[in-house]
Amino acid sequence: MKRKYFYLLMFIIIVIFFNFVITSASASETTSWFRIDRINILVLLLVFSSAVLLYIRSAKKGKEFFIRKIAGLDAVEEGVGRATEMGRSVLFIPGIDELDEIQTIAGLSILGKVAKITAQYNTPLLVPVRYPLVLAAAQESIKGAYYDMGKEEEYDPEMARYVAGEQFAFVAAVHGIMYRDKPATNVYMGAFYAESLLLAEEGQASGAIQIAGTANPEQLPFFIAACDYTLMGEELFAASSYLSKEPLMLGSLKGQDWMKIVLVICILLGVIFESFNLGGGFFYKLFIEH
Amino acid sequence: MKTQLPVIIAFLSGFIMILAFFSANPGVVNFSQNLLTWVTIVGGISLLLGIVSILKVNIKVISERGKDWVFKVILVLFVFGMSISGLIWGIQEKTPFDWLFQNIQSPMMSTMFSILAFFIASAAYRAFRARTIEATILLITSVIVMLGRIPLGQYIWDKLPGCADWIMAYPNLAVQRGIIIGAALGAAAMSLRIILGIERTYMG
Repeated sequence: MKRKYFYLLMFIIIVIFFNFVITSASASETTSWFRIDRINILVLLLVFSSAVLLYIRSAKKGKEFFIRKIAGLDAVEEGVGRATEMGRSVLFIPGIDELDEIQTIAGLSILGKVAKITAQYNTPLLVPVRYPLVLAAAQESIKGAYYDMGKEEEYDPEMARYVAGEQFAFVAAVHGIMYRDKPATNVYMGAFYAESLLLAEEGQASGAIQIAGTANPEQLPFFIAACDYTLMGEELFAASSYLSKEPLMLGSLKGQDWMKIVLVICILLGVIFESFNLGGGFFYKLFIEH
Repeated sequence: MKTQLPVIIAFLSGFIMILAFFSANPGVVNFSQNLLTWVTIVGGISLLLGIVSILKVNIKVISERGKDWVFKVILVLFVFGMSISGLIWGIQEKTPFDWLFQNIQSPMMSTMFSILAFFIASAAYRAFRARTIEATILLITSVIVMLGRIPLGQYIWDKLPGCADWIMAYPNLAVQRGIIIGAALGAAAMSLRIILGIERTYMG
């Protein structure tokens, strides 16, 4: 009965949504519904989505996939264990960007997994954030993890806290936490900018084990220099799948790998065609956004 | 229901953004822009959550006379001081808010940023220690790039700036592009997982 009401509600939401889209479309000047100049991106999107969906389907059928080891993620449990032994806390920073940044969402997904481990070991967890929306999402993520582990009474909403909205004021607040609380393990997962080295060096000076991950290539050298483990680019987005070990999530990683092979072949063919003057324009146009 | 409703909203929002990217129809484009405006509005309103969080954490320490409680008093005073001065006199030039920003907040933020110079030196010292073959290659490469970027490098050997440019334009750029392509695909796969409701870990 409940399911019936759910489908009814879902149907009503979808109808209202599309009614709103169609009404606003017809109310304004109607031009082309499809931008033909972006057909290359649509083709790439369809190929990519098909690859991911096909692998998810195979995962659903029970096929097992090999995923290479990511040392940084394997070190998370070790880091939390170290903090527990030392009687200190774990500091987790889900980047300094808003919730509409995909790296922040990736960071929050990893936070959920880290929170499960801290809940298991009863280790204090500190999550300073820069945006209130990220605060709400981080609190939900931690709460869900503690409830999943049956540690509802251990959950404290103040584990995640809003410390400052300005970039360097945020850094000052985190430095204060590192100086006063001396967390044994620092985890930085998300979008970081000029503050990456400021955070990581202070953490290094405090003697903490540090695990970082970002998709901003300019900040990677700083994390590599100052942290014990660094997740580079795509590893950050693969982390939640890797940690969850769910076949559906791992399937999407395989689809992503397949697409990477397609792109590398296209790039190589483009280089060969262009180098030998065989007209590599097709491969060039394949990646241009209009 | 508690998790399914956000998944449906995520699916519809993601779908409309993809639709707007491929459509030239002003209605669809306007609708997607409105959605983005709503994100900004919700973000603005949620600032209240942040203020509540910051006050809760700090007032608790002050009332318990916890460690460094005096600093918490200063923080709470400035949260109210900046907000009230902005509300009463506005945030234009030559208002108390502007004075507080220009003379206290801005110099403090610049100071934090300037510490980066010292941290770069200590991080570089650790990274460039020639303990392994890879670290030695990194050390040599970085010395060439750093010398190539300053007049002294050109004075030592006039081809040094060219070598530095070559390192930055070819090996360095190739690696950066590799990371960017991988990250972009990772981000796209994660977005697809969120839109399809496979990735729900961020919701708790």
